[in-house]
Amino acid sequence: MQTDTAAGNGGGDGAAPAPVLQLRGISKHFGAVQALREVDFEVHPAEVVALVGDNGAGKSTLVKIIAGTQPPDEGTIRFDGREVKIHSPRHATELGIETVYQDLALCDNLDVVENMFLGRERTAAAAPLAPLSELEMEKRALEVLRGLNVTTVRSVRTPVAALSGGQRQSVAISRAVMWNSKVVILDEPTAALGIAQTEQVQALIKRLREQGLGVVVISHNLHEVFEVADRIIVLRLGRRVATFKHDETTPEDVVAAITGARAAA
Amino acid sequence: MSETTQTVAEHAADELRRRGLGAAAATTVRDLRVRLASGELGAVPVILGLALIWTYFEVQDQHFLTARNLSNLVLQISVTGTIAVGVVLVLLLGEIDLSVGSVAGATAAVLGVLVVDKSWPWWAGIIAMLLVGAAIGAFQGAWFAMLGVPSFVVTLAGLLGWLGVQLHVLGSAGTLNVFDSHITAIASTFLSDSWGWVLAVAATVAYAGSRLLEDARRRRAGMRARPLIVVVTQTIVTAAICLGVVAVLNHASGVPTAGVVLVGLVVVFDWLTRRTKFGRYIYAVGGNAEAARRAGIGVTRIRIYVFALAGTLSAIGGLISTGRLQAASTQTGGGTLLLEAIAAAVIGGTSLFGGRGNAWSALLGALVIGSVSNGLDLIGQPADVKYMVEGAILLLAVTIDALSRRRLAASGR
Repeated sequence: MQTDTAAGNGGGDGAAPAPVLQLRGISKHFGAVQALREVDFEVHPAEVVALVGDNGAGKSTLVKIIAGTQPPDEGTIRFDGREVKIHSPRHATELGIETVYQDLALCDNLDVVENMFLGRERTAAAAPLAPLSELEMEKRALEVLRGLNVTTVRSVRTPVAALSGGQRQSVAISRAVMWNSKVVILDEPTAALGIAQTEQVQALIKRLREQGLGVVVISHNLHEVFEVADRIIVLRLGRRVATFKHDETTPEDVVAAITGARAAA
Repeated sequence: MSETTQTVAEHAADELRRRGLGAAAATTVRDLRVRLASGELGAVPVILGLALIWTYFEVQDQHFLTARNLSNLVLQISVTGTIAVGVVLVLLLGEIDLSVGSVAGATAAVLGVLVVDKSWPWWAGIIAMLLVGAAIGAFQGAWFAMLGVPSFVVTLAGLLGWLGVQLHVLGSAGTLNVFDSHITAIASTFLSDSWGWVLAVAATVAYAGSRLLEDARRRRAGMRARPLIVVVTQTIVTAAICLGVVAVLNHASGVPTAGVVLVGLVVVFDWLTRRTKFGRYIYAVGGNAEAARRAGIGVTRIRIYVFALAGTLSAIGGLISTGRLQAASTQTGGGTLLLEAIAAAVIGGTSLFGGRGNAWSALLGALVIGSVSNGLDLIGQPADVKYMVEGAILLLAVTIDALSRRRLAASGR
């Protein structure tokens, strides 16, 4: 087990490859509320990092900063070795950072293909009103879903409103990983799922790691955290209070860090 | 035209090939019931409603389904229908535009003053009025999208404000007679019989061609394509509608130019909304604005564009109205025009709650409203009955919309 302070030696994993995404000294406040205080965060290629913490610990804020929906007040972000400022969700996705929110951010009225390509539709030409290449998109969507073993969706032309919770989650994750992304952030990916579907999603997360992605999983479910994560980063009251390696810790240690019973900075 | 009927038909054709007629019929019935239960009714109820209305009035008064009266009907719905296309776009966004009538009136006043008082050439007047309409729409859209003031309130203010502008522009005269033949032509000319036929055939060929081309491409790419029988059936229906309409209208004076304009706008905006990125984004914003924003879509920009388009379409409505009445007056765009345009969009099947519907609902809804109004006039019912019936139909349409939305939500999770 290794514990570090908020301003401490984040990313100090010795021989591990350079982090694909590295945040340093990130602070963010909303009015009088200090949501994040000098938080460091890093995820390496082919690594699953679990981001855990109690409600209000700052997980969501950190995710929003990485996803480009909110700028940090202070701190630096390095992505793929370069310092970047992520000024919009589009910019984040252009860099190769994908986020699957807990609400999945799907448009219920659009079908599976339309959702998977939302904001990145393929068109026949570059002109502003060029016709959409529906066929190409449908084909690619089918490939991606098959490649990820998402076979329960009967027709990719079904509006997602008609899909089950697990199918919706699968569509959302498939959408996130089909863009050669390097980092995928999953916010409570299995919170609303049954046992079989949860296992499916966890298998999917491991497959993402095999493909060399850096995966960040935000979860309240410690069982899940220990099932999929290589490292566990604990936030508490806006600070990073602990980092654990999967093999060197127990759920009790993690809970203690989350609740502040131990290792408070 | 309707995705629902299309998928149901595809499914049925599939079944027909594999297991024969009985199974196909059973599948169709089951499919339709599932669609009904899940609220995806498409254009079916409104077409049934229209058939019912036409039957009723034909039984009441044998003049209803005459060529002359149907030709009148086309002219009567041209203004409402055109404006309703803009309303459909705004409704797809999940917003509302209450100013469309006033914008039609104000832009008509601009046209009148420029062409009559200032002696601008007709085309310059039309361009100016369209630009004014677009600018008004963009202004309202920006006010709503950038400041976060609900579109309902912004356009309610517009409803009053642009009416004021209209009165101000017209000044003390109150009415400007516009006799410019180019402007009146839009509502007083008709296609020659042969041009009508050419148009009907061209539309059918274009429809069938695009369908077949799409299917051929799908087959080449190794994807599941519709069975040929579906395309053939759809083409036959399309041909029957196009040729039938032209045949009937040719019995009167020919296809009214205003009708061609209206159908043309519907086709263009149907294509725009369903086949382009821009259109896809309108549906996305209407379905889940937050999801659209996170997908990197410029939600604010889309909203402003859509309101600008609604303003432009209102201006086109104002143009047709000016052409029909040969005048721009304080009455232009007033009365029940706004309410009928919104009612048309909703009756036609576009949801008030955003993200569901299509441009054709403007035409279908305007036909329903127009038929009721025309039919009640024909059998000598006064305005009081007319308004009550129209109100009841609108209420019915919105109720269907609300209930199907609730069922959709229930079946969705």
